[in-house]
Amino acid sequence: MESWRKHPLVFWVFALPGTFWLFVFFLAPLAFIWLMSLGEKRGIVDIDITWTLANYARAFEPVYVKIIWKSVWISALVTLLCLLIAYPVAFAIAFARPRWKPWMLLGVILPFWINMLVRTYALIAVFRTRGYVNFGLEWLYNALWLDKLFGPFEPFTLLYNNFAVVAGIVYVYMPFMVLPLYASIEKLDRSYLEASLDLGASQARTFWKVTWPLTMPGVVSGIILVFIPALGSFLIPDLLGGTNAQMIGNVIARQFKSANDWPFGAALSFLLMYATFGALAIRALMAGRKSSMEV
Amino acid sequence: MSKTAPIVSIENVTKRFGSVVAVDDANIEIREGEFFALLGPSGCGKTTLLRMIAGLEEPTEGRILIDGKDMAGIAPNRRPVNMVFQSYAVFPHMTVAENVAYGLKVTGEPKARIEEKVREGLDLVQLSQFADRKPDQLSGGQRQRVALARALVKHPRVLLLDEPLSALDAKLREAMQLELANLQARIGITFVIVTHDQDEALSMADRIAVMRDGRVEQIDTPGGLYETPKTRFVADFIGKINLLEGQVMGADETGLAVQTADLGRITIPHEGPASGAVQLAVRPEKIAISRQPLQRDITLRGKVTDWAYYGDISHMYVETPRGLRLSVIFANATRAAVDAFDIGDEVHLGWNSADMIVLD
Amino acid sequence: MTQQAREVFWLTRIMRIRSGPLEYSRRLWLRLVVAATFLLLYAPIITLMVFSFNNSRRNVVWRGFTWKYYEKAWNNDGLFEAFTNSLTIAFVSTLLSTIIGAMVAVMLWRFRFPGKAAYEGLMALPIVVPEICMGVAMMVFFARIGWPADLPWPLNLSAITIAHIAFSFPFVAIVVRARLAGFNRELEEASHDLGASEWQTFWNVVFPYMKPGLIGGALLAFTLSLDDFVITFFTSGPNTVTFPVKVYSMVRFSVTPEVNAASTVLVLITVVMTAIAMRFNKPQDSA
Repeated sequence: MESWRKHPLVFWVFALPGTFWLFVFFLAPLAFIWLMSLGEKRGIVDIDITWTLANYARAFEPVYVKIIWKSVWISALVTLLCLLIAYPVAFAIAFARPRWKPWMLLGVILPFWINMLVRTYALIAVFRTRGYVNFGLEWLYNALWLDKLFGPFEPFTLLYNNFAVVAGIVYVYMPFMVLPLYASIEKLDRSYLEASLDLGASQARTFWKVTWPLTMPGVVSGIILVFIPALGSFLIPDLLGGTNAQMIGNVIARQFKSANDWPFGAALSFLLMYATFGALAIRALMAGRKSSMEV
Repeated sequence: MSKTAPIVSIENVTKRFGSVVAVDDANIEIREGEFFALLGPSGCGKTTLLRMIAGLEEPTEGRILIDGKDMAGIAPNRRPVNMVFQSYAVFPHMTVAENVAYGLKVTGEPKARIEEKVREGLDLVQLSQFADRKPDQLSGGQRQRVALARALVKHPRVLLLDEPLSALDAKLREAMQLELANLQARIGITFVIVTHDQDEALSMADRIAVMRDGRVEQIDTPGGLYETPKTRFVADFIGKINLLEGQVMGADETGLAVQTADLGRITIPHEGPASGAVQLAVRPEKIAISRQPLQRDITLRGKVTDWAYYGDISHMYVETPRGLRLSVIFANATRAAVDAFDIGDEVHLGWNSADMIVLD
Repeated sequence: MTQQAREVFWLTRIMRIRSGPLEYSRRLWLRLVVAATFLLLYAPIITLMVFSFNNSRRNVVWRGFTWKYYEKAWNNDGLFEAFTNSLTIAFVSTLLSTIIGAMVAVMLWRFRFPGKAAYEGLMALPIVVPEICMGVAMMVFFARIGWPADLPWPLNLSAITIAHIAFSFPFVAIVVRARLAGFNRELEEASHDLGASEWQTFWNVVFPYMKPGLIGGALLAFTLSLDDFVITFFTSGPNTVTFPVKVYSMVRFSVTPEVNAASTVLVLITVVMTAIAMRFNKPQDSA
């Protein structure tokens, strides 16, 4: 690696396009939003930057706090569920025969490449009143002759509620948690596990005392990779949640579309961003403390 | 040393990985209290065999008995053996003391007892002052001792060591060779080590099994392997060797009469069939070299073609008029010996027929 | 052999087919979990694709095979236009993102400069910032600077394309940079030693090595662009409809096989792209 001063022309030629794009078409818009969050509406289109914190204050009103809190809760629940499902899957892939590994990984990642809209839409047919889950349950219900005992099958309301949103986000983001977990488990030196067994520990004990602590960096990465996008979810609560299960993303979107209160939407956006950076900072701190783990 | 039932008994053990045969019909008996070595080049199956004793692999055929009990289907955590891994596998997220205590915690012993045993273990390997350090703060040699202590506090019937010295530098290796041998003699546990380094095996072990391509070539004491190798591979693998061909002409109570191309007719004190082709060998240090004719059973003349100086010994290559190349090693016992010979010199070689080895 | 010994012998032979202590992938419960996960992951998508051939408007129960909804989708002008728009955006975005991303990657790989750590952090922002924040930010930006709204095609897609490039090129940079990390610097030095200039060295030695990274990055950028919903949603206008947005409005109306058909096409494109990406990744390992 050389200092930029050695070939300044080359350096600038390569540096300029990306830097330009980043500053003008990413940071500038964010700056706009940031300014706007400190502004007020004047009429339908105009906005005055009055350096007021009123928009942020409004975010702390009960109705909004409720939604923010619910979004956090849903995201945390989603992250936990993803972890519970993704860990065994990542574990199985990491210990699978080398021939199968790339295929299994591809199999888990492929759904993630498919458009989120399509995947969310697919769930509608699964969860609606006359959808596959209810059909399946109804069939089972009748097959077990429960309709003779308890009357006809009452379909479950699986759509347009919190359940659908949680299930939808888990469905869409679970594959994304598999990758960092897999990377971490794959790197684990097998002789640690063998040593643990050799010393008399059971498989369960080996997992909790050796595997789990040593794959923690992957777990933390996975949690961050799922929690942050889940928190900012907009499409899934929109399509699957109906009016009952709104998340912070929906509120933000509404400010910019129908409610037309851009300053408030901007403030909420920035709160979401601060939360994101907060989570990343925590992760960086944890990574710093745990760097001695890599022996 | 108990001479009754062996502590580890490997019976007709074969291990296949797909179409690859890693271990081929191995039969080994390891006696209690001995320091046993599995020696061989890379890929000869010695590590696989060790892992099968530990329970980390299951034999495809045959069985392994420890203390007379068949270990088939018994998981590694239920076997009375412990292993020191090649990479040491010291848990990076635990302190030294926690590492050593790990194997004791599973038995549900009271905390005080565990702490006491940990202290004893650390004393044994001289790591007491490092008890609260993390592994990344230790050197390779220190980590190895943690792995040793960790395994020894469990008082296993057999301690298995996989290439224990390969990751250490030369000076440390020598020190550890002695230390391990002393440790074993002191605590009396049966040690089984795997190594590709013959010096290690020869200096530390009571008995050695030499392996090649999955098969056990010879099991013997170090002296036995060196002085009476049974096969050409063993003769060549351990130390240096000179090889010769010959035809057996007859056999009587004085030994075998062998006709060779280079040495003429010689008599070797050895029991064997009275006819057939035979391969002979002689160790380079058994050959005397001089400018004057020598008084030995077998003598030759030749010219020095090459020599290498190693400080304490010199290694000479001598070629006979018939084209036979022999390597000769002699100690530079006095300073004068260093300059005794030059390339091109005419020399006399000689050795006793008792030092002649007959290979199968 | 005694009867007992024979029994033990056969018992151990049967038990011999057990797996080693670390062969976790052979454990039954783990296999069930993985199988169930894959099943649940793919079932909704597969059924969606299957039901795109369903001869039923309300698409609840299977009523026979038909291509007619694909025809309908094909003939749906709005949908078709939206599809063309999305492809155009994806192509332009891919082209520019790859170039810009590659340049950033080379610059970061090669040079030291003050503030590099901070710069790398900034480069990571488009990846880290929640999509909705970026979406509304772009929307506000274009509105405030008065981006013209009545440009002819394809320039009317420029706002969307610019936004796509903004969030794609950092991804390309990461992919290319990962590829460059494996480059043996001595090749560069050998080239100089043999008399080649900076530019020649770059073009003849470094660039060919980079190619698999460029292709991987380009495919990534393409997929990101085609699949994006949130940012496209906010930067689209009434006369710049893109495929995901169009499908979204159709979905809000009702669940019809036409939407299934459109979705199936999108899925197929993704699968094909992934297959191509894999083809290109295989020979790379021998570099």
